[in-house]
Amino acid sequence: MHELSIAMSIVEAAMDEAQRRGVHVSAVHLRLGALSGVVKDALLFSYEVACQDTALAGSKLIVEDVPVVVFCPRCKEKRMLTSVQSFACPECDTPTMDVRQGKELEVFALEVEEQGVSE
Amino acid sequence: MSEPRLVEVRRNVLKQNDVIARALREQFRAAGVFVVSLVSSPGSGKTTFLEKILTQLQPRYRVAALVGDLATENDAVRLARSKAPVKQITTGTLCHLEAAMVQNALQDWDLHQLDFLFIENVGNLVCPSSYDLGENLRLVLMSVTEGEDKPLKYPTIFNSADVAVITKNELATAVEFDWETARRSIESVRPGMQIFRLSAKTGEGMEDYLQFLAQQLTEHRAVTHI
Repeated sequence: MHELSIAMSIVEAAMDEAQRRGVHVSAVHLRLGALSGVVKDALLFSYEVACQDTALAGSKLIVEDVPVVVFCPRCKEKRMLTSVQSFACPECDTPTMDVRQGKELEVFALEVEEQGVSE
Repeated sequence: MSEPRLVEVRRNVLKQNDVIARALREQFRAAGVFVVSLVSSPGSGKTTFLEKILTQLQPRYRVAALVGDLATENDAVRLARSKAPVKQITTGTLCHLEAAMVQNALQDWDLHQLDFLFIENVGNLVCPSSYDLGENLRLVLMSVTEGEDKPLKYPTIFNSADVAVITKNELATAVEFDWETARRSIESVRPGMQIFRLSAKTGEGMEDYLQFLAQQLTEHRAVTHI
């Protein structure tokens, strides 16, 4: 399981951005590709652990699942895969390795509040 | 009270690893060394395969290996029998290698003195897929004893690899290995991937793989020395 080290990298990246902006982070929005090699549930669990005793303690991790999109050389169209077990166009069944989306592991946005504001 | 607001940051979580991996790849290119990483589940025969490869390449090529392991140095000891330079990276509890570990391990090696460098990842079919190590070729191994549907169970790592090697072919009959089903499974998750079927133990099929490596090295150098 490498989700804990990924979660720690997410916390690090978010803290760095928060510090530069002088804000408090209440939630982290993550784009998670189906081909990223990261398991969502394990990541959500690890995130809580990784946040402990940091400025992000109590913040939420909001994960947006990003499906795999390939380019079909026959249809000349981008197509969304229905399963990562079959790299073929869902319309015409032509095999393709031209992956256009699905490897994302990206802190996309932060929900922030100005620092010094207490609830 | 200020309202929470959303700020877009767009930060790649593995950026640090990717930056180091890119630097490594450039270092490998400049030195003219061809770098192959090996991933597989535990017990699929990576070390035996690599020991044979190191031994058989040595009359003609300068080779070395880095080997990742959770706790022991047993693999490095086995590989050292090939007389090639071998260095162990003990990862502790970490289930995969990261680019920084490779960079660290290579610090006192002169890459210009090498033709091939092999990096044996920790036995794991999940975690290594996320980490670029700067390698030129990622090899995924599976043994005939693991079941023909292994690629469908671990599509991400098979998809991220460049070449597949099916090992322990000497046991294929005993375990009723269905080659055609295995080939279809690989083709489904990684269309067009080249597959080698071999036995490191008996030597069957090894020659094809060695020839493939030699050809890769030639092509690598032709491209990098333009």
